[in-house]
Amino acid sequence: MDKLPRWADVVLVPLISLLMAAAISALVILAIGGDPVEAVKVMVTGALGSAYGWGYTLYYATSFIFTGLAVSVAYHAGQFNIGGEGQAQIGGLGVALVCLALPWPHWTIALPAAMIGAGLFGAAWAAIPAYLAAKRGSHIVITTIMFNYIAAALIVYLLVEVLRPAGQMDPATARFPAGAKLPTFGEIPGLSLFFSKNVPANVTFFVALAACWGVWLLLWRTRLGYQIRAYGKSEPAALYAGISPTRMIVVSMLISGGLAGMMAINNVMGEAERLLQNSAEGAGFIGIAVALMGRNHPIGVFLAALLFGFLYQGGAEMGLWTTIPIELRLLLQGLVILFTGALDNMVRMMLGVFFRAKAKEAA
Amino acid sequence: MDYATLLQILDSTLRLATPLLLACLAGLFSERAGIFDIGLEGKMLIAGMASGAAAALSGSVWIGLMAGIGASMMLAAIHGVASITFRGNQLISGVALNFVASGATVLIAQSLFGQGGRTPPLSGAARFNPIELPFAEAIKAVPFVGPFYADVLSGHSALVYAALLAVPITWWVLFRTRFGLRLRAVGENPESVDTAGVSVIRLRYTAVAITGLLCGLAGAYMATGLQAGFGREMTAGRGYIALAALIFAKWRPWYALWATLLFGFLQALALRPDVIERSFGLAIPVPALDALPYILTVIVLAGVVGRAIPPRAGGQPYVKER
Repeated sequence: MDKLPRWADVVLVPLISLLMAAAISALVILAIGGDPVEAVKVMVTGALGSAYGWGYTLYYATSFIFTGLAVSVAYHAGQFNIGGEGQAQIGGLGVALVCLALPWPHWTIALPAAMIGAGLFGAAWAAIPAYLAAKRGSHIVITTIMFNYIAAALIVYLLVEVLRPAGQMDPATARFPAGAKLPTFGEIPGLSLFFSKNVPANVTFFVALAACWGVWLLLWRTRLGYQIRAYGKSEPAALYAGISPTRMIVVSMLISGGLAGMMAINNVMGEAERLLQNSAEGAGFIGIAVALMGRNHPIGVFLAALLFGFLYQGGAEMGLWTTIPIELRLLLQGLVILFTGALDNMVRMMLGVFFRAKAKEAA
Repeated sequence: MDYATLLQILDSTLRLATPLLLACLAGLFSERAGIFDIGLEGKMLIAGMASGAAAALSGSVWIGLMAGIGASMMLAAIHGVASITFRGNQLISGVALNFVASGATVLIAQSLFGQGGRTPPLSGAARFNPIELPFAEAIKAVPFVGPFYADVLSGHSALVYAALLAVPITWWVLFRTRFGLRLRAVGENPESVDTAGVSVIRLRYTAVAITGLLCGLAGAYMATGLQAGFGREMTAGRGYIALAALIFAKWRPWYALWATLLFGFLQALALRPDVIERSFGLAIPVPALDALPYILTVIVLAGVVGRAIPPRAGGQPYVKER
């Protein structure tokens, strides 16, 4: 197979994958008797047509940036971390424990503490699969899937039996103290001119942007990042260069788990303000689609997270205002993962035919 | 725990283990041929929806079963195209198809029936009804063995017995036929199969098709046997438990039976917290029982109780030498 030009591989392959996923979704909408044009209109106005819509789109995008970065970092070390969902839920546990531990005076003090809690707990949840993969050769995909389910069961147990305040019926922790409340976009000077008070997007968005920059810095500007990427490209070469595979797997998975856990400051601390069951709501899995779509680069992850934030919020509006069920989001998400992650060779072959024809014309 | 209660629990163990067993054997064929399949869950789910819908529309459980198998095999075919023909990432393909299935099932069921993504409740000929094994009533009076035969073994739907029968058939096909030998070889060392002049591609597609068939049975059983109709996300992670059982069983058919019976037993226990409290003297939290199959699998993967070594060529696309 001929190599595509680099710009085509980076830009065209994800775009064409997205178009194909959208086309199939449109056919499905037609098949169930909906109107795809109407659906797109509702999605665009719902997600981007108002400050309220943007507030939700950016809120979802914030979560997806964290989980997308988590998948990307592990991917660069050749590890497929499918456990972002569990790591994000356990990260939520870390946030809840930190927020409930002290009567926090101000969010500027509570936020760094909660970030540490979220990161540590998320990393800890990735630590066992990482250790088993590095030392015992257990398949990381299977162990992280198992840990998603174990995390869900653990959270249910803790919420029902341990963390639920006396006299409360629903399985959730107590509400976090007022001092741990993160300012939403409606409360930030400047942004408040555009956003109203009741949007869920909050300061975590800026933490997510910083995380993008941090991951870029780590992977392409530090020795550790170089080692991670070298190990991911070729284990024998890395071994020959004196890079320890155990260390690379464990370190990359800890960073990955930490990033997935940090997502919890967005949804648990920034929005729900208490820990609920299934707090991650599938964002951990969307991280897979975001990382694949974003070609595992922080800038790509950021753009893909915005796109999925739009699809998520737009899909919710579509479920509300049209007869098309909200589950179309899941279908679209699955198709994007399929085309960008598993059928990418097919997309490349199709593009290859096109580029070869063009090369012939030029010659 | 008295004998009658034990029989009740064993009875539901058998019912709950059936979809796990079928899905586990499904995964066994695929992974033995070197194709990882995380998408068991999605195939079961779409088969459940298709069989529930077709049975509700036609009134015949057999048409439902065919529809379920067809839908599951369609997803299997996509997985095959992605991972065999286009040499894509098999894990990502499986994950993707699980999302496709969980979205598509609700969309289709909602547009067909408008009941919030469910299919209408099934009854009569639209469901697999219990089959009384011969002499169940006559033997029931025999102490100990009689009630076991009449209450645990007898009175299940046809697919339960089909699943149990699938175990020796799988063993025979894999270890006593030429096809089985080649299938195992293609999962361990595809080059050798290719050198012998046998098509790696065709073998792998066949394996993936069998996986689709068995997942179809599992899904159809969920919607038309275990329950009366399809409900959204009704498989509830069973595809992953089956995957866990497959590792637990170290990719062997008889061990798969014992592993799925064990996991089915845990599920049956989780439905009866009162029994646990009475027989163990303390309340084991239900989430702990839910998590136990996954914890056991991690322990097996860690190599604490014997090592689980997957087929050697698993997950790698085969590139023919030129």
